[in-house]
Amino acid sequence: MTSRRYFWNRFFEKSLAVSAFVSIATLLGIFLLLAIHSWRAFERIGLGEFFSLNAWNPAAYDTPSYGIGALLLGTALTTLGATAIAAPIGVGMAFFLSEIAPLWLRNLLKPIVELMAAVPSVVMGFVGIVLVGPFLARVFGLPNGLNALNGSILLAFMALPTVISISEDVVQAVPRAYKEASYALGANRWETLTRVTLPACYSGLLAAIMLGVGRAIGETMTVLMATGNATAIPQGFFSSVRTITATVAIEMGEVPTGTTHYYALFACALVLFLITLTINFAAERVAARLRKRGQ
Amino acid sequence: MEKHLLQIEDLHLYAGSKHVLKGISMNIPEHQIIALIGPSGCGKTMLLRSINRMHDLNPDIRIEGRILFKGKNVLDRHTDPVQLRRQIGMVFQKPNPFPKSIFKNVEYGLKINGMRHSAHIRDAVENSLKQSHLWDEVKEELDKSALELSGGQQQRLCLARAIAVAPEVILLDEPCSALDPISTAKVEETLLELKQLFTIVIVTHNLQQARRIADQTAFMYLGELVEYGPTVQMFEQPQQELTYNYLHGHFG
Ligand SMILES: Nc1ncnc2c1ncn2[C@@H]1O[C@H](COP(=O)(O)OP(=O)(O)OP(=O)(O)O)[C@@H](O)[C@H]1O
Ligand SMILES: [Mg+2]
Repeated sequence: MTSRRYFWNRFFEKSLAVSAFVSIATLLGIFLLLAIHSWRAFERIGLGEFFSLNAWNPAAYDTPSYGIGALLLGTALTTLGATAIAAPIGVGMAFFLSEIAPLWLRNLLKPIVELMAAVPSVVMGFVGIVLVGPFLARVFGLPNGLNALNGSILLAFMALPTVISISEDVVQAVPRAYKEASYALGANRWETLTRVTLPACYSGLLAAIMLGVGRAIGETMTVLMATGNATAIPQGFFSSVRTITATVAIEMGEVPTGTTHYYALFACALVLFLITLTINFAAERVAARLRKRGQ
Repeated sequence: MEKHLLQIEDLHLYAGSKHVLKGISMNIPEHQIIALIGPSGCGKTMLLRSINRMHDLNPDIRIEGRILFKGKNVLDRHTDPVQLRRQIGMVFQKPNPFPKSIFKNVEYGLKINGMRHSAHIRDAVENSLKQSHLWDEVKEELDKSALELSGGQQQRLCLARAIAVAPEVILLDEPCSALDPISTAKVEETLLELKQLFTIVIVTHNLQQARRIADQTAFMYLGELVEYGPTVQMFEQPQQELTYNYLHGHFG
């Protein structure tokens, strides 16, 4: 009896350890693969050239150039834009859902938010081309609406379900005792919401935003379709931009194996990998700090 | 004849299907300390929270009867609970400081109540921390998070926060249950001083405390008010056998 239970306990312990080991090993494997291939690229191109603002033009006939500066800027621009749009809307929506909306409205809106997450990225890209693009072109008087702003709007939309649902959990985790204390001092609902509930969940909301956006950075298809894909250095949100993800996705299928171009794409992927890893790590740290303070 | 600041008339409270308060009637005179005693679960907290409409936040709770505050029915739909709570403050059974600095915990209520001038705010914060006998322990570190205080210090902070906004009535739910005897004595002293300014309703499990500070004592049992009267009389010649048994520990 006891020995059997012992066996199963050991069994589950061991299998948990194995699966943890497998996921870490996979992560490490991916990193090594990227790093080794990137190494070739850095050897041939040089770090200075790779991280420069020189054009990304690896397929040029005479002198190919490999600067990812413009691509990084493109990624930064679309991501920042997406954050600026998704953060206030997502947090506002979460507050509305959990603190203000009557039950029936909440029950109506929640499934819609969840449905947003189910839209495939190709469809979002399509929406960007046929709806958002013409709209932006019209409103701002541009020749076409395929630019950084378009990408930002679409990414924001894709980040929203994550931002909203995590923020909502954060808001609902605020102890009822804080709200009661506020009401008991003669505060009204609005004062309680803005001066007690909101400040009590700052770091959780930060984590929600970072996780939402961290997910959005990797959304290749959408950005690829909606941002116009010019490899020039972007001048602003109305510039057509190309992100790192889009570059890898577009070029990887056509590049001959073993060329400098081929290895340069691995280097791009490595940079992307490090960026998302950093963001997720930072979000985890914020969330951990929050949990510690909650105790 | 003494003036009755609060008049509770035939108050019934239902939590879901449970009949928690069963027809409570009592008059609360101005500038006195009223102690609510009774075994755990008899409804003291529920009664206290009815007075400042804290039950509004809980849709499962239904209240019948009247609570008149200066002649106006608190429970009336047209009574603004926000205005009411500015006049009737509360310290909860579990200390619940905001996750803010010590200073901001007290400042919050002042700002909500319209105090703008920072010098005035600082004075008011200092005063109320002195009144709740916390000042000497925290005056060097007002910017420290209130969550880093001990339980007893947190409770005194909540008391400071409640008296800072100068209500007319203060409802205290076992404010001393987490305090050591010395802080308890200090808080009791404070309450006796504050009686000049406020009317105080205090729930306590400490019978000696009721005896030391309360002018009136109410004994509740299973949702009913068994006996209510001047403290001395209550302790020396209780009218009900139930009260006598409770006060002498012959219970259960
Ligand atoms: N949210 C609730 N829903 C249903 N019943 C409740 C709820 N809160 C309290 N009660 C019931 O109401 C009764 C009175 O509770 P109350 O908290 O007023 O007791 P109390 O006299 O303050 O006890 P204590 O001295 O332990 O604090 C209890 O029997 C309790 O079970
Ligand atoms: Mg209680």
